[in-house]
Amino acid sequence: MAEPVLAVEGVCKSFGMVRASDNVTLDLRPGEIHALIGPNGAGKSTLIEQICGGLEPDAGRITFLGRDVTGLGTVQRARMGLARTFQISALAMEDTVIENVLLGAVGAAGGAFRFLRSALRDRAFRARAEAALEQVGLAEERWMRAGDLSHGQRRALEVAVALTLSPRAFLMDEPMAGLGASGSQRMTGLLRELKAQAPILLIEHDMDAVFSLADRVSVLVQGRVIFTGSVAEIRAHPEVRRAYLGEDA
Amino acid sequence: MSREAVLNLILAAGFLVFPLWAWMAEEPFLITLATRAAIFAIAGVGLNIALGYGGLVSLGHAAFFGIGGYAMGILASHAQTYTPLLEWPFLVEGTKSMPVIWIVAMLASALAALAIGALSLRTSGAYFIMITLAFAQMLYYFAISWPAYGGEDGLPIYVRNGFPGLNTLDPIQFFALVYALMLATIAVAALVRRAPFGLALNAARQAPERVRAVGISPYRLRLAAFAISGTITGLAGALFADLNRFVSPAMFSWQTSGEIMVFVILGGTARLFGPVAGAALFIALEHLLGGVSDYWHVFLGALLLLVVLFGRNGVVGILAGQEARRG
Amino acid sequence: MSLTLLVEQILNGMQFGVTLFLTASGLTLVFGVMGLINLAHGSLFMVGAFAAAATAAATGSFLLALAASIAAAAAAGAIIEVGVIRRLYARDHLDQVLATFALILIFSEGTRWLFGSFPLYLSIPDALAGPVTLPGGIRYPLYRLMTIGVGLVIALGLYLLITRTRLGIRIRAGEADREIVAALGVDISRLYTVVFALGAALAGLAGALVGAIQSVQVGMGEPVLILAFVVIVIGGIGSIRGSLVGAILVGLTDTLGRFLLPGFFRLFMDNSAATSVGSALASMLIYVLMATILIWRPTGLYGARA
Repeated sequence: MAEPVLAVEGVCKSFGMVRASDNVTLDLRPGEIHALIGPNGAGKSTLIEQICGGLEPDAGRITFLGRDVTGLGTVQRARMGLARTFQISALAMEDTVIENVLLGAVGAAGGAFRFLRSALRDRAFRARAEAALEQVGLAEERWMRAGDLSHGQRRALEVAVALTLSPRAFLMDEPMAGLGASGSQRMTGLLRELKAQAPILLIEHDMDAVFSLADRVSVLVQGRVIFTGSVAEIRAHPEVRRAYLGEDA
Repeated sequence: MSREAVLNLILAAGFLVFPLWAWMAEEPFLITLATRAAIFAIAGVGLNIALGYGGLVSLGHAAFFGIGGYAMGILASHAQTYTPLLEWPFLVEGTKSMPVIWIVAMLASALAALAIGALSLRTSGAYFIMITLAFAQMLYYFAISWPAYGGEDGLPIYVRNGFPGLNTLDPIQFFALVYALMLATIAVAALVRRAPFGLALNAARQAPERVRAVGISPYRLRLAAFAISGTITGLAGALFADLNRFVSPAMFSWQTSGEIMVFVILGGTARLFGPVAGAALFIALEHLLGGVSDYWHVFLGALLLLVVLFGRNGVVGILAGQEARRG
Repeated sequence: MSLTLLVEQILNGMQFGVTLFLTASGLTLVFGVMGLINLAHGSLFMVGAFAAAATAAATGSFLLALAASIAAAAAAGAIIEVGVIRRLYARDHLDQVLATFALILIFSEGTRWLFGSFPLYLSIPDALAGPVTLPGGIRYPLYRLMTIGVGLVIALGLYLLITRTRLGIRIRAGEADREIVAALGVDISRLYTVVFALGAALAGLAGALVGAIQSVQVGMGEPVLILAFVVIVIGGIGSIRGSLVGAILVGLTDTLGRFLLPGFFRLFMDNSAATSVGSALASMLIYVLMATILIWRPTGLYGARA
């Protein structure tokens, strides 16, 4: 079996008496979409923050591309090629769409400390940014302000920024959040395309999307991964049905 | 051309026409007034990079204004008494040359901004405001209690420093020099804003977590912005000292920090020519209201209060008409 | 160096620290409850001092003067809260800084207009004017000792107010969540006015107490305000306990630094150089203290928020 791109091993994190992550182990393999599901308060956000480098685990280890990154910060992990999208769109709302994706291109090239040339006129940055907009279908909106976009367009812009990083792995935090049926469908199609570029760790509430996209699914309940398996196995698993699907299905 | 660009041109032209008119009308005082406004504008252009583009509410830019001023004062005072500044480990002499003084002033301010910024940027929000204010106050008290360069009384410089090919004692020639520097610093600010650095800095103000997620450290962006900002304000300090031929601890005072901030806000935060409009308006008010009442600060305070509470885009924002586009 | 002199300097440091606490506690309370950074707090300090000086001159009573300082500062606080400050709670820090900077200009120039540019004097009442002999034979001005006492009593009172009373519960709830307080049926805007006036009253009292030692003049508030900021940064924004510890720390560091540093430099420098280096460094000492604490704990000794 191929070496996992991203591996979380025995990660624990407590806040006071609350165990937000309780010996969590999961991995992301090349070419797959691995969905992480779980009810609200299961510790998904805490886990994402630890994977991205925003929180340091109390115990355990996180490896990315075969390297132990547990002690590295968000910035360093991003520069290694870990691209995340945010549950609540984190965009420069006063700036144009193209400027938002250019930011990703600048970050990917390590070019934030260039002072002389205009970012918009830099051919390399611009090409990379335009390609990402093209791929998510936002090329027409490039001169609009991010703040004026519809909710669905913002979700797509989030993905476009991640794309400009030429990532080795995507970490997507509820990309379907707040999207209607047609929006979800479009996003599902986009993620299926992206999977060819880099594997995706997908945190998602939308079960239809999860079941149609995921190669594997892990279920997080009260900070613990209670089960990992294929979509079919998840559907069949009694404990999962009780703990999680029972509320939803 | 956008309305703001037209307005910028008018401001730049007006800033040139007024002193030229004063020169022809033989009103040297008005030329000096315009020079003062241009120097304040430079200080504001500096602060605007931190405040407008970076969202860093520094209430301590008097630190850099003062350091620029004392760089001029110290170098020129050694030159006028023919005593070396430093004999060991190598000889450093004073100077009366403006370009050298400017470079020293900018380097010293840049270093101070890096040190103050490195500490202050570990915090944010209200802490940042209080800490920048406190560091400026520290330099203020240091300047007061360090007797070598005049202490509390300040340090007079008897003859204005020189610039190759110009007679800097002639008000209009000195103005021309300051005006050129003002345009140069505005050009720098424009360049910074459009460069990848400005793009990232601007994003870091709005969504720092996003900037981190694309592999850029907001802290380093802000520190660099703070240093550039302090450097430009330091240059303004050196020019201000040369205008008055006098340096004193007052350049470090909290009022100075507040006033530099007022130039930026009156003009319009993050507008390229905002500080120019703000400084011009401030000087005009000082001149006009100061003539009416000794207590003109009351009116300035009331006006500022109105701008903050009701007219948030400043002069450029109101005249340019469009919604404030920060960055 | 005699021990007597050192004890005297420590007491001076305490006295300085206590007046800083009176100023800083109101500032930190207002920040903690309303999230407002108020530069005009120093003006309220000044209002207190002027009210005390004017009242003492008119009536000759020091007690009345202190009462006037509290009343005038609280009234000024309530007026600016209702007129200006409450429009700023929802604004960002930049707007708060600018608007309260504007208030400083108005207060300072307005006071100069009313009272002129010359300093006023507020004299210590005869009963408190002399020295008192402490255990160990140390003689120390009674007035300064009383100031320390008043400050500590108020610190205790504030602690009891916040932990034991209904108002305190509301204040603490207000720090936690505005909506909860509103849901409890507390008139939130009145609560804010009361808290603001309380902070103002403390600053006004501090102004009067200090005014009797120094002179009463326009601009006396801002240096104290900036020191109060240093205190808050050290103690942690929003923490009353932090502001007490920070204030005492700043008061002692500053006083003892000025007292000890020149002597320290005299050990290896000639006299005049040591005095100038020593006093220049002493003037920077509390900021060095602040920077050190900042490196160690960016949110201050008792600060919780990031």
